Amino acid sequence: MENIEKLKTIATQVRRDIVRMVNLAGSGHPGGSLSSADVLTAIYFSVMENDPATWRRDAQGQDAFILSAGHISPVYYSVLARRGYFPVSELATFRRFGARLQGHPEVKKGLPGVFQASGSLGQGLSVAAGLALGKKLSGDSHKVYCLCGDGESEEGQIWEAGMFAVHHSIGNLIAMTDWNGQQIDGPVASVAGEGDLEAKWKAWGWRVIVADGHDMEVVLKTFAEAKASDGRPTMILWKTDMGRGISFMAGTHKWHGKVPSAEQVAEALAELGETSLGDF
Amino acid sequence: MKKYIDTGKKDTRSGFGAGLLEAGRKDERVVALTADLKGSLKMDAFAEEFPERFIQCGIAEANMIGAAAGLAITGKIPFAGSFAEFVTGRVYDQIRQEVAYGKTNVKIASSHAGITLGEDGATHQTMEDIALMRALPGMVVINPCDYNQTKAATIAAAEFDGPVYLRFGRPGVPNFTPADQEFKIGPAIIFNEGSDVTIFATGHLVWEALGAAEALEAEGISAEVVDIATIKPLDEEAVIASVTKTGVAVVAEEHNMAGGLGEAIAGVLAAKCPKPLEYVNGGDRFGESGTPAVLMEAYGLNAAGIVAAAKKALARK
Repeated sequence: MENIEKLKTIATQVRRDIVRMVNLAGSGHPGGSLSSADVLTAIYFSVMENDPATWRRDAQGQDAFILSAGHISPVYYSVLARRGYFPVSELATFRRFGARLQGHPEVKKGLPGVFQASGSLGQGLSVAAGLALGKKLSGDSHKVYCLCGDGESEEGQIWEAGMFAVHHSIGNLIAMTDWNGQQIDGPVASVAGEGDLEAKWKAWGWRVIVADGHDMEVVLKTFAEAKASDGRPTMILWKTDMGRGISFMAGTHKWHGKVPSAEQVAEALAELGETSLGDF
Repeated sequence: MKKYIDTGKKDTRSGFGAGLLEAGRKDERVVALTADLKGSLKMDAFAEEFPERFIQCGIAEANMIGAAAGLAITGKIPFAGSFAEFVTGRVYDQIRQEVAYGKTNVKIASSHAGITLGEDGATHQTMEDIALMRALPGMVVINPCDYNQTKAATIAAAEFDGPVYLRFGRPGVPNFTPADQEFKIGPAIIFNEGSDVTIFATGHLVWEALGAAEALEAEGISAEVVDIATIKPLDEEAVIASVTKTGVAVVAEEHNMAGGLGEAIAGVLAAKCPKPLEYVNGGDRFGESGTPAVLMEAYGLNAAGIVAAAKKALARK
């Protein structure tokens, strides 16, 4: 329980960071960042074997995480900073010229913790599958985690990767979809009619788990289940709300890529409440 | 002029297959991926000897590039192969984000390039791939001239740390460079020294350029033949040095005008050594069905075409 309270506090602070980063930068993607805040916090602070002090891009002897939906960089950067990969103060440089915190994650500027660039959608699951296969070939039993968006899953390459991972029995791959049901132009159901992701991933031959992506206790239990591989790749479909945690942002596509004003930031921060961790 | 002997026609894709096998024997990090074209890419021997290191991706090129990048991140040296069109135009964005942007150590193995893919026609004949790959920051672009050079270039690509686009072809073409040569990425290779005109050529048009030089010699014209096997980074010094000496140049390639070697050399010469320049290339058009030989003739991508271009260039001297 103590662990869960700690994780909830971190997730709250991450949400505060997200809102402030996007406001400071004057651009960015708060909606999906907020919907993934609980899951990403759990991954980096409890689930994934990772240590900022020994992190290396080739991930040898370590778990790895690939963010396929690169636009939710605010949540990714906040979690990495809070975990100790780089100074929390650097979050203030998000999207600025010369910053390591580029609009979408990348590796050229050497931001610790980032394994691969993402932003052009639908590609990260292939990279994660290749990374996990590379580990298998090298006899490294560590796992590879990958987070995709549900809107992103309209990209055909996601399904190519889905076929590939099953065919090559990449059992050390734990992929996730942030199933918040929203994308830029509106609800996923109205934009592209993506349909039942659970049925689709099952038909693809994956081990599929559907779970609440906001209840921290459920999140941890789900990961424990996911880690026990049966040889198939695992897809966790996280039922989430876009904009979760801030009432005026929650449940709508309208905050996918919208910047909150100073007043809205104040309102959001008041709602989230301060944490013992402090703002950047 | 210096004599070169065709030891028998061989396809450059087989040179790739032989180089891949040797690179795989030298370094266990080398892995090969293909999108249902193992046989066409001549990966059979590698797959047989290293079944664990051969990764069949099925007809899903986009995923293949991403998976290759993931493998490269873990320290593997992946060669991801398909037909030239399908490992460039179809997956440009994947190569851009996953390979070039982060300098991820992936080798793009590009077979059946150009119109000499032949009978399949224009859907499969890319004449634009060099342009696409040249446009990517930091991408190394190699287009070897024969079987032996392709084999050596494949081994060099495996030893090079960074993204490489390696282009080769389907039909048998004269094999005339030394077996077991060492390939150096970057330097232009002077095959014949001359004083009147420079012929820059890449791929199997190097052989045609040598034929053209011989024909020109018979008419008292001394042609320098320069093999531009590494198109990017271009050996600008060698280009400028040769044209400074000869005064005019021809660029021959099995590729369209836009973004090809011709434009690359034109760019260097226009800025640093403006001299008359003529092109032997596909122009601005799509290919069509036909045998490689018929197509090369129809598009003027041969010794006769190069001779004509050289005379045109000389007339402008």
